[in-house]
Amino acid sequence: MTIRTLAPDQLVAACNELRLAGWRLATIAVTDSELPELRYVFWNTNGPGWQQLRVAPPSPMPEGVRRIPSLTPTIVAADWLEREIEDLFAIDFEGHPRLGDFVLHDSRWEEGVGPMRAGARTQQALVERAWRPRRVLRDEGAFVMPVGPVYSGEAESALFLLETVGEDVVRTVPRLFYKYRGIEKLAQQRSVDDALLLVERANGTSAFAHAWTYCMAAEEILQLAVPDRALRLRTIFAEVERIRRHIAVLRAIVDSTALWVPAARLLELEEHLLRMCGDLTGHRYLFGFTVIGGLQRDVNDEALTRGVARMKAIVGSVRSIVVQLERTSSFLDRIQRVGILSPERAHEFGVVGPFARASRVAYDLRRIQPYGAYQDAAFEPPTASEGDGYARLRVLAEEIAISLSIVEQLERDLRPGPVRVEWTPSAGEALAWCEAPAGATVQLLRLNDEGRCTLLRFTPPSFRNWQSFRWVTEDFAFQDFPIILATCGLSVAENDR
Amino acid sequence: MSWFVRGILGGIHTMRRAVRAESAPGTTPGLPTSVSPATAEQRALEAICPTNAIVAEDGGVRVREERCVHCMRCSPAVTAASLPWRDDVAWVRGARREIDEAALRGAFRRSIHVRVVDAGDCGSCLSELTHLNDPLYNMHRLGIFVTPTPRQADVLVVVGPVTEQMRSALLEAYDAMPEPKRVLAIGACASSGGVFGPSFTSAAGAGDVVPVDAVLPGCPPPPLAILDALLALTGDRTR
Ligand code: SF4
Ligand code: SF4
Repeated sequence: MTIRTLAPDQLVAACNELRLAGWRLATIAVTDSELPELRYVFWNTNGPGWQQLRVAPPSPMPEGVRRIPSLTPTIVAADWLEREIEDLFAIDFEGHPRLGDFVLHDSRWEEGVGPMRAGARTQQALVERAWRPRRVLRDEGAFVMPVGPVYSGEAESALFLLETVGEDVVRTVPRLFYKYRGIEKLAQQRSVDDALLLVERANGTSAFAHAWTYCMAAEEILQLAVPDRALRLRTIFAEVERIRRHIAVLRAIVDSTALWVPAARLLELEEHLLRMCGDLTGHRYLFGFTVIGGLQRDVNDEALTRGVARMKAIVGSVRSIVVQLERTSSFLDRIQRVGILSPERAHEFGVVGPFARASRVAYDLRRIQPYGAYQDAAFEPPTASEGDGYARLRVLAEEIAISLSIVEQLERDLRPGPVRVEWTPSAGEALAWCEAPAGATVQLLRLNDEGRCTLLRFTPPSFRNWQSFRWVTEDFAFQDFPIILATCGLSVAENDR
Repeated sequence: MSWFVRGILGGIHTMRRAVRAESAPGTTPGLPTSVSPATAEQRALEAICPTNAIVAEDGGVRVREERCVHCMRCSPAVTAASLPWRDDVAWVRGARREIDEAALRGAFRRSIHVRVVDAGDCGSCLSELTHLNDPLYNMHRLGIFVTPTPRQADVLVVVGPVTEQMRSALLEAYDAMPEPKRVLAIGACASSGGVFGPSFTSAAGAGDVVPVDAVLPGCPPPPLAILDALLALTGDRTR
């Protein structure tokens, strides 16, 4: 991997050059919090390859603030990454259109705390202040309707500001990070094994994908050759997790349209997969299954074969439910032409995963930057071009079938053998990635020679996708809000970390 | 064919047995439990537990169940020195004193309305809660209903360690509920802070913010354990 060092005033031009050559911004990391150094990580959309640009920001201004040119006016996908870093490291991005009140809510935190800076007081000065949304709409009779942060049933906590002039919502601004747990900060100084537990619990419904990514980064630093059987089993269970999570999203979509019978059926099918995982790996959400060096335990081959047969039946049932749904016109009416994300916007915002593939952005790390055992499986990720709720539903349904086929291909050639290698600590830095159920996830990890984690930058797919949510929710009828939200399949926990 | 007819033709899928008697494979991960006397190997597990859930004392091993985050390091499938792992689902415990089912029986007349507050959960505790709607578990048949309205709620269910930015929303939710009310902390996070709290962003569970009546360990606790916990709060766990 190439790392180029730049002066701050060369940054924007260099990034733009990469953008024009087909590279996309994957994340921005602050890699040295004492003398903050920024790292701009790009991936290639045309073939394997990553690039990093390293920039040391200038020394602090008289008021103690460090300032660096903002990338956002040139690369929109940098918007949220810069806002996040501004809050957590108190680094100012010059020329950014809107900073402040993002990860750290103004109602609770003093400005400029920067809790992730080296030596920052982690016992923060908490405040209790009233907070009012900024109103952008100035029309006669316009008002903001807040929904959340606690709003319905078993929904995740998040606030949505619906700007409306009556029955129709003109736009929606999400306010997130109510669930900010500070995983990147907490990971620092935990042992490499214990930091894994944090990453695993960032989003429990995609726990395996994130845990695996973390393990890949650590294994590269420790230069471990993970046994073939472990690689294959990891790949198999990553696909099982994808199927389960996609079924859960399908269920949420159906549920939002009040079709209780198919919603209950899908819930039941998801439960069967949870039980299968519990039976085979010991944990229904695959916690503790992947560890550094391989797998914490092996899987019984006969039980796995039975599991795959059971999965085939489950996926068959999902398929027939989807076919019936596609014949239910009242259902289609509610998901077609709502919540549209145009291919241009999807590209511009660096949206990832099935959400992006439904808007014709066919970027899948399993294919373009292979890892695990994906090179041993034949598959082609699906795409659609309308970018509406129905396109997303179809992409999810097709991906479920493809994941099953990957599992079947890999299970056939599974050979007995060890699933874990021993290791001793060593220092280093590595970047790892994986196509999590919701899309590309990227982690930059640094370990010291005592086996402790000293740096974790973790940019999950939901963070990237939430950024485009306000464009998906423009000009719609109020009652469609839960449906649009469900079709996006966004995790709040994963975004908030 | 309408979805309604399809639903009827699908037949009944709900489990036939009482919550505590269900035993299909994969319904629960199990939970490590205390043992006394313990072997030297079992006592050594204290060092591998990430959240100090395992305490070696007086020749035995005590498991502080509410701290267990199901990292699986001490499970029978991973180590020969494993502690005994329980396979029942009656994991709920009173937060301050034992749950007095007889006293509760009068309070809620065997049917309860539950309000759920996500105070920083990872998604799995909420997912297991959602599965109570699953025809296989079907909490409605047991008189348990989830409500979005605090005014109707008898039981406040908290998941997540309570992040700083959810603290006031949780307090508001609690204050808005009429008496009598009960608070149930679900999962390691809400019971003890789990892997996250206490920290600069999170409390050490719901008990730091609202008066908690009962805690349910597990990361996450499976649907059956949640059902059993909710039944305990209705004062009748035999269903
Ligand atoms: S499974 Fe629970 S008790 Fe056992 S080591 Fe992990 S956290 Fe500790
Ligand atoms: S207890 Fe475990 S499963 Fe539940 S919210 Fe916390 S991390 Fe997630």
